[in-house]
Amino acid sequence: MANVLVVAELTEDGTVRKTTHSAISFAKSAAAGGTFSILVLGAAAKAGAAELTGFGAAKVLACEDASLANYLAEHYAPTVAEVGKGFDVLVACASSFGKDLMPRVAARLGAAYAGDCAGVSAEGGKLTFKRPMFAGNAFGYCQLSTAKQVATCRQSEVDPAEPSGGASPVEAVALVAPGAGAARIKHLGVASVKSERPELTEASVVVSGGRAIKEKFFDIMEPLADALGAAIGASRAACDAGYCPGDFQVGQTGKIVAPSLYIAVGISGAIQHIAGMKGSKTIVCVNKDPEAPIFQISDYGLVADLFQAVPALVEELKAHNAQKG
Amino acid sequence: MKILVPLKRVADPANHNKIKIPASGDSVDTAGLEWQINPFDLYALETALRLTENGKTPKKREGEVVAVTLGPKETETNLRSALATGADRAIRVETTDEALDGGLVAAALKKIVEEEKPDLILLGKQVVDGENNMVGQALAELLDYPMATFAATITEEADGLLVEREVDGGVAKVKLTLPAVITVDLRIVSPGSVHSKHTDAGFKYGYEEVRFAPLPAIMQAKKKPLAVKNLAELVGDQKISTTYVKFEAPPGRKAGIKVKDVQELVQKLASEAKVI
Ligand SMILES: Cc1cc2nc3c(=O)[nH]c(=O)nc-3n(C[C@H](O)[C@H](O)[C@H](O)COP(=O)(O)OP(=O)(O)OC[C@H]3O[C@@H](n4cnc5c(N)ncnc54)[C@H](O)[C@@H]3O)c2cc1C
Ligand SMILES: Nc1ncnc2c1ncn2[C@@H]1O[C@H](COP(=O)(O)O)[C@@H](O)[C@H]1O
Repeated sequence: MANVLVVAELTEDGTVRKTTHSAISFAKSAAAGGTFSILVLGAAAKAGAAELTGFGAAKVLACEDASLANYLAEHYAPTVAEVGKGFDVLVACASSFGKDLMPRVAARLGAAYAGDCAGVSAEGGKLTFKRPMFAGNAFGYCQLSTAKQVATCRQSEVDPAEPSGGASPVEAVALVAPGAGAARIKHLGVASVKSERPELTEASVVVSGGRAIKEKFFDIMEPLADALGAAIGASRAACDAGYCPGDFQVGQTGKIVAPSLYIAVGISGAIQHIAGMKGSKTIVCVNKDPEAPIFQISDYGLVADLFQAVPALVEELKAHNAQKG
Repeated sequence: MKILVPLKRVADPANHNKIKIPASGDSVDTAGLEWQINPFDLYALETALRLTENGKTPKKREGEVVAVTLGPKETETNLRSALATGADRAIRVETTDEALDGGLVAAALKKIVEEEKPDLILLGKQVVDGENNMVGQALAELLDYPMATFAATITEEADGLLVEREVDGGVAKVKLTLPAVITVDLRIVSPGSVHSKHTDAGFKYGYEEVRFAPLPAIMQAKKKPLAVKNLAELVGDQKISTTYVKFEAPPGRKAGIKVKDVQELVQKLASEAKVI
């Protein structure tokens, strides 16, 4: 039984990011009969906290301060660590926010850290964290021997918590001033691409394009994504070549996705790519090379030239959608 | 600028699907896989070299690059290869891979930073075997340094480094004043991603990813200084606090069928897989 603190993540607009709901589920498993609380930090943390009172937390703590308007680990970590002193385990989602912040918090607390966990179990009074390693070719189960433990969870492996009713009390917590090093970093802005499409890590359908599509990336992929209501992903090669933004990258070192349908278009299936999508329920690939490794993990493979096959597939899907009504 | 580049060896990442997990589940067997420098650490080294040169005259170093690894004697091969590509000096901290975890690596690196006083510590964002993604962040905290993780571009300005970071949903821009910690992401090795103050803003490197060491450099690297330290000298009696109790192979996926055309594909997705 443990007392767990969830570090919530807010979007740029100050609303609670869905990653937080996965962190709550993970915290419940780690608590194993204990309780959990949620900490929200930001310039408008109280509004965020108000969104999180229905999830069964013992408390929702809000640290609201203008200096937290733009996320910087140097400014967040001191408060998270201070609040964390009252808990056994601190968790967040392994988004770029959680991966940046939580190891810093762990070091501040002298706590061990288990990153990007696919699960956690509590047996014999000890937590065991399940971690994907070696590009998804092994799961390691680890235990942390420090008094406090810090972990992040992989969003695609943990179902988001649903509101369970009740009304957790919201409490304000004071900001802990950052260390001297914080004066040497300045946030200059985030260039984010606003999209009407679902987020890659949350979408139930993902279509990804590879190097083969070249400059036609959006011409080919957008109609396909539209026909399926899908998010668009990519291989590293497509991102590196500048055919699409870097945050489209699916893989070991990009986004990890596990949608019900994943369609890989002109992607060879390097092990680093497969590591990021092999948890998908149904995998489809379109590739002109029948020997491409992607076929070995695809439920349905189409050997074809993508420049013909994808537009034809879009027409066929449209017809299917029209028929379904 | 003086830059410290911590690097670790990993079993050949392109063949991680060939690792074996014995029935006992007590280890991961990488036998048969060649040791290499963790790819992100190679990228950190390339970044350090780009930051200490004029891109047009890369043979002349403008500053110092020190490579450091914590590992057994064999890892000196990796340090020598870092020296051959352009690092000036190397430090090896004698230990075994099993005796380390992220917290201990960060603690040891902190001591080395205190001794070496680099302006910048450039690390990979993660090792691709353990996939911890923690050492850079932990080191920055122990030093009370500012950090920029997941760096995709770095531009040196008169008063610090402008860094673009890869984050969910876009790119975050920060300005760091040194000393600082940076961890690098994949795009840092794009041809135009890194500009030292000596290098023209529009300059692009003419190769993919990282430079290779020419043969004479490999010979010369044997003469470059490589110091050896003891882990206990650096961290006292601090021990690992992360223990792996079991390893397991993930459930495999089998190849399915090849469909003949898009009609058959849509029909299977609708009636067999029931995902559309
Ligand atoms: C440290 C490290 C981390 C990495 N992390 C990732 C990661 O997270 N994600 C990732 O994706 N990669 C990652 N990679 C890169 C990975 O190893 C591969 O290089 C990359 O995934 C290849 O991308 P691709 O499949 O688009 O390109 P390619 O391997 O070039 O494949 C292109 C495919 O398109 C097919 N094709 C060509 N023309 C057509 C056509 N007209 N119609 C149909 N098919 C066609 C070809 O048959 C081929 O199979 C990483 C590499 C390293 C070293
Ligand atoms: N044994 C080691 N020796 C030197 N540097 C290391 C070692 N382990 C990790 N690092 C550095 O820390 C980075 C992040 O590693 P990790 O947090 O373990 O994923 C790596 O990319 C290296 O730069």
